[in-house]
Amino acid sequence: MAQLPLSEQDMLVDRGAGFITRAEELAYELKVEQVMTRDVKTVTPRTLIIDVLNLFREARISGAPVVDQDRLVGVISIEDLIRALRDSGRSELRASVSDYMTTRLVTVNVYDSIIEALKLFAKTKLGRLLVVDRAGRLAGIITKGDITRGLLNALQRDIETEELKRYRASHLFEDIISDRTSLILRYHIAPRDFINGGAASSNIKRALLRLGANPQLARRCGVAVYEAEMNLIIHATNGGDIEVEIEPHQIVIHVTDDGPGIEDIEQAMQPGFSTAPPEIRELGFGAGMGLQNIKRSVDELNIESTPARPRLIMKPKRGREEWELSREPAPGQGTRLTMKFFLQADQSLERHSSTGRESAE
Amino acid sequence: MRLADVLNIVQARFFLPDSVQSPSPSVLNRELRVGGSADLMSDVLCYDMSQGLLITGLINPQTVRTAEMVDVAAILIVRGKTPPPETIRTAWEAGIPLLGTQMTMFEACGRLYMANLPSAVRFAGAPPPDCTAH
Ligand SMILES: Nc1ncnc2c1ncn2[C@@H]1O[C@H](COP(=O)(O)OP(=O)(O)OP(=O)(O)O)[C@@H](O)[C@H]1O
Ligand SMILES: [Mg+2]
Repeated sequence: MAQLPLSEQDMLVDRGAGFITRAEELAYELKVEQVMTRDVKTVTPRTLIIDVLNLFREARISGAPVVDQDRLVGVISIEDLIRALRDSGRSELRASVSDYMTTRLVTVNVYDSIIEALKLFAKTKLGRLLVVDRAGRLAGIITKGDITRGLLNALQRDIETEELKRYRASHLFEDIISDRTSLILRYHIAPRDFINGGAASSNIKRALLRLGANPQLARRCGVAVYEAEMNLIIHATNGGDIEVEIEPHQIVIHVTDDGPGIEDIEQAMQPGFSTAPPEIRELGFGAGMGLQNIKRSVDELNIESTPARPRLIMKPKRGREEWELSREPAPGQGTRLTMKFFLQADQSLERHSSTGRESAE
Repeated sequence: MRLADVLNIVQARFFLPDSVQSPSPSVLNRELRVGGSADLMSDVLCYDMSQGLLITGLINPQTVRTAEMVDVAAILIVRGKTPPPETIRTAWEAGIPLLGTQMTMFEACGRLYMANLPSAVRFAGAPPPDCTAH
């Protein structure tokens, strides 16, 4: 497991940084290969300066890597060409690239974050960097322009995907017309599944936020359904089911299981009452506060429970000399929690109705 | 108080999934409104922990899920415990930074409080805290 102690240097960088924008954050996330130019015009050490000049003019570029049989050997730029011209005048444009190219190469790797490229630009004052792949071969070049374009595209994608998700979901209730539209989310919760425990609640909370629920409401639903979900995992023999019915003006959550049921609901509602065994308490559950937290979070709560009624099934074996006994839960037992949340007109998930109301006032 | 300050004050480090090299710098700048400590999950939900730092000795994935329900900004695990990979992954996916310190709960809370991290307030409707005493 990566446990990175934050180095002093990291801390210093961070202190100096103050407020970090999403663009700066992206500079760490985006890789050089995601923004570099791949289709690079290259020359060989034997290419003539006059041909380089023509290439630069036609392709509107100001520099090119020099490659010799797959190997990156140098770079030639417009400054080198000017030097060649000054040295020898027009007549001597017959010199070759190898005479004027720069062989001290500044490279970045395809897998580097673009922040590395930015640091190199700042340090070297170069206009372009050569990008090499894992085998050290030329993979492309990167300019400050490439980086700016890459960042802008990524920022745009960021905004678009989140907005698209929110748009798609938040307009559901106005885009689909019916007398009564509701969206139903269903989850099955396995008993004692502590690894995934709480995952359904987390998905429900996210769904509500995407649908345009205000954060306060999403939090209340989240807390209530989380406690109910953990109760299924901890107390219900076979786990159970969560069903969330979302309508523009109300959210109804049913949580059902088939046993063992609650003997005395009023007692179970008492803060601090818990039947959780010690090993469950060690995990941080069993404070006996779950139902209280649910009660506090909902607008209406209904708990029905049929406690275990033992049933003994006897089947004769070997000519009635022996009997096979099995104990099974009687059908119909279990707990059903119904939690309701009512949305005020200004919190409605249906935008039309709320704005309509506002303008009517 | 920013998360970067917490790293200094309680000498904490990040728990990150294997595939991740370092926390993103914006995370270090995350502002913490309050702090609260609990070793019982239902108790966490009794406090207004939104944008707060949850300080706990629990390391199971539910710690993260509980934190997510009340919009906790970051989780600090005390007593040098190492959370299992599921917990680290859950935290990463939920976008909640997970930190660890060798300090005891008492020392970590004490230092953070002295450094002006305010205490989370119990929700008005929540049952009195002493009812959880066993
Ligand atoms: N689905 C259920 N099936 C059977 N019994 C239940 C169920 N839900 C709750 N109970 C009973 O009600 C008691 C109180 O539940 P509550 O959620 O308030 O506390 P808890 O689960 O014991 O602890 P906490 O929720 O604080 O971790 C439980 O200890 C259990 O006996
Ligand atoms: Mg419970």
